[in-house]
Amino acid sequence: MLLMVEVEVRNVSKNFGNFKASDNVSFSVERGKLIGLLGPSGSGKTTILRMIAGLETPDSGEIFIGGRKVNNLPPGKRGIGFLFQSYALFKHMTVFDNIAFGLTVQKKSVAEIKSRVEELADLIGLKNFTHRYPLQLSGGQRQRVAFARALAPNPELLLLDEPFAAIDAKVRQELRGWLKKTIHKLGITAIFVTHDQDEAVEVADEIIITNRGRVEQAGIPVEIYQSPKTPFVAKFIGESVQVPDCSIFKGFDEYESFAGILRPEFLEIAATIDEMPQPMPVTTERGIVRGTFFRGSVIQIDIEVKGQLLKGFRGLEQTTLHEGDEAFVFIHKIYGFDGDKTTVIENAAKRGESVVI
Amino acid sequence: MREPIWLKRTLIFLAASFLFVMLIMPLLLVAKEALSKGVDFYFKALTDEFALKALYLTIEATISAVVLNTIFGLASAWLLTKFDFRGKTFLGSLIDLPFAISPVIAGLFFIMLFGRLSPLYPLLQEYDVAIVFAVPAIILATVFVTFPFITRELVPVMENQGRSEEEAAATMGANGWTIFRRVTLPNIKWALGYGIILCSARALGEFGAVSVVSGHIRGKTNTLPLHIEILYNEYNFTAAFAVASVLVFLAIIVLILRNLVERANKNPVEEEIPTDDKNSSELKAGVAHG
Amino acid sequence: MFGKSDVIPGRRLTLGITLTFVSLFLFIPLASFVLFASGMGLEKFFAAVTDWRNVHAYGVSFFCALAAGLINSLFGLIIAWVLVRYDFRGKKIMDALIDLPFALPTAVAGIALTTLYAQNGLLGKFFYSVGIESAFSPMGITIALIFVGIPFVARSVQPVLKELDPQLEEAANLFGAGNWTIFSKIIFPELLPPLLTGFALAFARGIGEYGSVVFIAGNMPYETEIAPLMIMTKLEQFDYQSAAAIAIVMMILSLSILLGIHGWQSRQLKRIGGVVGA
Repeated sequence: MLLMVEVEVRNVSKNFGNFKASDNVSFSVERGKLIGLLGPSGSGKTTILRMIAGLETPDSGEIFIGGRKVNNLPPGKRGIGFLFQSYALFKHMTVFDNIAFGLTVQKKSVAEIKSRVEELADLIGLKNFTHRYPLQLSGGQRQRVAFARALAPNPELLLLDEPFAAIDAKVRQELRGWLKKTIHKLGITAIFVTHDQDEAVEVADEIIITNRGRVEQAGIPVEIYQSPKTPFVAKFIGESVQVPDCSIFKGFDEYESFAGILRPEFLEIAATIDEMPQPMPVTTERGIVRGTFFRGSVIQIDIEVKGQLLKGFRGLEQTTLHEGDEAFVFIHKIYGFDGDKTTVIENAAKRGESVVI
Repeated sequence: MREPIWLKRTLIFLAASFLFVMLIMPLLLVAKEALSKGVDFYFKALTDEFALKALYLTIEATISAVVLNTIFGLASAWLLTKFDFRGKTFLGSLIDLPFAISPVIAGLFFIMLFGRLSPLYPLLQEYDVAIVFAVPAIILATVFVTFPFITRELVPVMENQGRSEEEAAATMGANGWTIFRRVTLPNIKWALGYGIILCSARALGEFGAVSVVSGHIRGKTNTLPLHIEILYNEYNFTAAFAVASVLVFLAIIVLILRNLVERANKNPVEEEIPTDDKNSSELKAGVAHG
Repeated sequence: MFGKSDVIPGRRLTLGITLTFVSLFLFIPLASFVLFASGMGLEKFFAAVTDWRNVHAYGVSFFCALAAGLINSLFGLIIAWVLVRYDFRGKKIMDALIDLPFALPTAVAGIALTTLYAQNGLLGKFFYSVGIESAFSPMGITIALIFVGIPFVARSVQPVLKELDPQLEEAANLFGAGNWTIFSKIIFPELLPPLLTGFALAFARGIGEYGSVVFIAGNMPYETEIAPLMIMTKLEQFDYQSAAAIAIVMMILSLSILLGIHGWQSRQLKRIGGVVGA
């Protein structure tokens, strides 16, 4: 199958005064993919989205949509649909007129507009609400109207700025699934901005992680989770504890001092050494339990090892640990930092090296 | 805070009596004095040649000021709220300046600009253009004193609306005029209406600035407020109050319009707003049908 | 600044219209005034500024506007309080009526107030019988300035009072604070900034007011002449230089009142970490 590139961002930079919103950003998006631009607030993700839409102008670099350079095209001529964070629905127009706006501007025939609006109203499940005004809709309904409005002129590319930020937590979950399914069904390319990693992981086919105006890493969610390329990505994705010197731990002591992070699932916490899958004292640490927290499906254990407070999980069926108990800790691996790179470092026991027992 | 009933009653009584003495009594007095020589005299005073001419001039100045300030108000509010540029705060303060300047001084500005001591004066004389002590200066002075009115009403409303609706329209390819007419104007129509009402009220009644530049030429450069002054100074009190009663009537209409506009602005569309709980069923239906 | 491509169209058009209007109606008249005044010479300027009759007129304008501003602050506060906190018959009318001075031409107010407060007027009769000259006196001027200033304080305080968090009062109540303590310690400090804004606006307006005052003032030299009247008088004598000098003094007075209050408020806001930057 030939993969077509729908969006290409090439060496784009953008400053607001002294603030580097985008710093030499490059990436490309394949046709039909749903992409999540993920990053903390102020990381420049919304600026990238707005530059693709033409709502901001890059200081340098090029942007291509569908193979066409769009730097000098106004937003209305780029063939995009944009979903604003606040939805930006026209307050004084009905749902019908809101969805129809883009088509009206293009001077489509009344019959064509009517059938397209009805089709979209049906798609978003608001067929009976087309006479209402935005203020008479719930948050979730407004979001879907904005979605339909952006889709109405059949854009090649849909851009969504924090599409779920303004919606109640309860409905958000449901809308995420709906949006993903609908976008795939339509076969449209879409890029959405979010600061919520769960949302990005759940909805996106691929994630682009931004930080301080730069792209840190791009890839499919599992890959990013399993092999973060930079310290920032390692810290930003998933739960973690950062340790300034990881060479203090058994199993990692042949390395020179290095900083790194440990995910809870990298830790095996056992009440007795026999509970350990690899009961090797040379590579197993002892620690004191400092806190236990019920987390639904697991119990989180905060455990102090060599003066470092680490975090791990234990199953509900395992013997209960209490604060102050001594326990055994086996560290499977660590994401070690090496400048602005991250490398996975396995415990000596797992590297299969000869270990004297 | 629960204040005792006597305190509440005293405060209401104080407020009501203050407003009665300061506002209602003058209004009632105008009506009483205007009719003190009977209805015939009243209508004769109103249809007096000079009164009518003053009325026409007042209307002319008011319409000019409202039209010019509406154009200016829309343009400046659009500029101040839709774009960022250096000197924006300064421009905003400059537009507000006429609020801080006495109307008499405003009149003085135009005397300095076009009057006998102006470098422009010989030129104006040569081409026989009368500005000061003529209708143009009356219009200029009226525009000056009402200059900030419409901008001031529009800017906070447009600031509040933000830019995203206009941006959304632009991403769908709408041009400037379409964006203004279909997206912006419906959102600001009440504020614009209110601004126009305020501007008209002030323009109708402007006295100080117009008094300085008009030259008080009866039948030529007298507006209604100036006509009232002349009648009053000639001890023709009943006629003065008769003309004044017309302006009182207009002022009351302005107040009523103001209230209607405010009320219309406050309750847009009141219907039950659905909660998101209902969404579930809609959503599933949507996916299934779509 | 101008080279930037905007998403929303109309930058050039609106900038063009705005600058044209500002130049024609504000900047050029203002500049011609400044030009004229600066060509006057300091000696002539100071002679006009310090002329005793003029000085007296600034004094009358200043003190009558101050008195009217203070009275309006008190009643404006009461009116705003009553309108926000209480329900009573005629409340809507009262609310609408407050704006009357904005809508009613000042000349109409002027002749009506003069007739009311003159010796044989409805209210004047009462005042003169107890020996108070309620018209053609500084008191008359103050009455006219009260009229024009009524909306300023009431309309500034009203929205702030409406938005006041009721939990503040409830919290104070839980500590057992009495009504007076709650008002003076909790509510009044919140109302002070809008009160001062309203006061400053009414005060500045009062200094420049002409139409409503000129009828009731009596315009006696060294007694009831106000500063704007002096400008008119000088203009009628074609003494443009003195008129300009008086205008400068008045502009300095009203601008320093407005800027002074503004400065005080920005300092207050910084100190209590108010809405600045929120």
